[in-house]
Amino acid sequence: MKNIWAIYRKEVGLYFVSPIAYAVIGIFLILAGFFFSRILDFFIQQSFMLMMRASQFGMPPQEFDVPGQVMQSFFGVVSTMILFFIPMLTMGSYAEEKKRGTMELLMTSPLTDSQIVWGKFLATLTLFIIMLAPTLLYIVALYRYSDPRPPLAVAASGYLGVLLLGATLIAVGHFISSLTESQVVAAFLTFGAFLILWVIDAGSRGSQVLEYLSILRQFENFPKGIIDTKSLVFYASFIVLGVFLTLRSVDSLRWRSA
Amino acid sequence: MIEVQNLTKDYGHIRAVDNISFDVKKGEILGFLGPNGAGKTTTMRIITCFMPPTSGTVKVAGFDVLDESIEVRRRIGYLPENPPLYPEMTVEGYLDFVARIKNVPSRQRRELVHRAMEMCRVEDHRHMLIRKLSRGYRQRVGLAQALVHNPEVIILDEPTVGLDPKQIIEVRRLIKSLAGEHTIILSTHILPEVSMTCDRVVIINEGRLVAEDTPENLTIQLKGGEMVHLEVKAEAEALQQILCGIDHVRHIEIKPLDSADRLSVTVESERGHDLRSLLAATIVQNGYELYELRPVSLSLEDIFLKLTTEEETSPVASDQPQQEEARR
Repeated sequence: MKNIWAIYRKEVGLYFVSPIAYAVIGIFLILAGFFFSRILDFFIQQSFMLMMRASQFGMPPQEFDVPGQVMQSFFGVVSTMILFFIPMLTMGSYAEEKKRGTMELLMTSPLTDSQIVWGKFLATLTLFIIMLAPTLLYIVALYRYSDPRPPLAVAASGYLGVLLLGATLIAVGHFISSLTESQVVAAFLTFGAFLILWVIDAGSRGSQVLEYLSILRQFENFPKGIIDTKSLVFYASFIVLGVFLTLRSVDSLRWRSA
Repeated sequence: MIEVQNLTKDYGHIRAVDNISFDVKKGEILGFLGPNGAGKTTTMRIITCFMPPTSGTVKVAGFDVLDESIEVRRRIGYLPENPPLYPEMTVEGYLDFVARIKNVPSRQRRELVHRAMEMCRVEDHRHMLIRKLSRGYRQRVGLAQALVHNPEVIILDEPTVGLDPKQIIEVRRLIKSLAGEHTIILSTHILPEVSMTCDRVVIINEGRLVAEDTPENLTIQLKGGEMVHLEVKAEAEALQQILCGIDHVRHIEIKPLDSADRLSVTVESERGHDLRSLLAATIVQNGYELYELRPVSLSLEDIFLKLTTEEETSPVASDQPQQEEARR
């Protein structure tokens, strides 16, 4: 535990002394804020239009769940955005250590490989949570001004979905970073892998296996407030697979000629 | 303290280390001498548990590098060829991190980090980012990193590469002062470095162990001149007298061989005098039977030659690792 903490501490520390964390978090928040306000605008207009149309025809006003719609769209946008942002957070995790030779320091220290891998995984996950945390303000604002208030559980379920998706992407990103010595190659390959995992269901024509494999398809239910066991199992197994592959890859460094 | 037995390491089809065995006693400084690409780094990486051996066993303080790897790693401080530094960290922050991952208890951490900084003379730069340090200082921080948890065994891979002459002297002095309390293996391709710092030398070339002795003995062997090994059927005393009569012979060693009544003879001559034809002629003229005649330890000399010539060009050679780094 102490060893995981030592690695974790160092990783989080290094994120914040390099400009990359600030750049990624800053740009993410600017974009997320922009999208949130546009989505809010759009659905408020929609609801007005519906109200006007209803009063024109003298019908009782249709029910329209503005906060629910906003949250669904917002989480949808966030889930797509993190496909672009997470490669920036994971690209250096192993590639940079290998390039600098510091992997040799870690691997000759009294640490097990899994302590190194989990420490790094938790560190990137923490940074991801820090990146996501300010968006809670948008949701708070949404709750503050909507009447009647939507159930809190919906937002919680949405965030759970984003977290699971993020953790899955981080696990995949770390694995790819452990395969190369170049951050650029790692970022590019990670991004490519995410795209494939995203659009894998596009050409499926109803093939359920491919649909099941799409990382965003599994995400769709969470912002609606539905926590599906199937999706939980999907993400959990994906995370375990990613971490396992990273472990194997780190272990293989010992067997390959350096 | 360190026992290496029949160590072999293959990279695919290439044999990097071939059946090497040696011991290092507690408190000793062992020099690991060999030209570039001889297998020094590979052997060190196996001792430090970075990579497993293909065959053979390595034990550090009684622990096996494969089965009790964590125990071994706890006892080793290791400075690889390129110091494993995080450029964004401060010197003190970096050493604190290394102390943590080396399992230094939190109570002692501050004290040990300070001790390491003092020993390697980087205290004045403790708040500086490693990125801003010169190469000499980085090397010293790397050395401090290997010492910070006060390990029983210290393994240094070419610790003086890239330093200026004054720094080299300082580093050598520091390494010497660590002996006794710590057991040290030090690799180098520079011959004088070994004679200045080490108690004992292991010379390897192309993955094989070529010689193992104290630097003094090796130098005597080298300066002593040429050796010829003979196998002769003769009486020992008579042969001794005859051979002593030949000019330029410095030393004769005669041992009886088990088989028949043959003798194993080693003749040492002064440098620059090849006595082989003269020896053969003398022995045959005296009516003895000559079964074998061959020069000894020519391979060792070859390697010494390689090493000494490299030392002369070392100011240029030491730039090479940096260039390689830049190319990557």
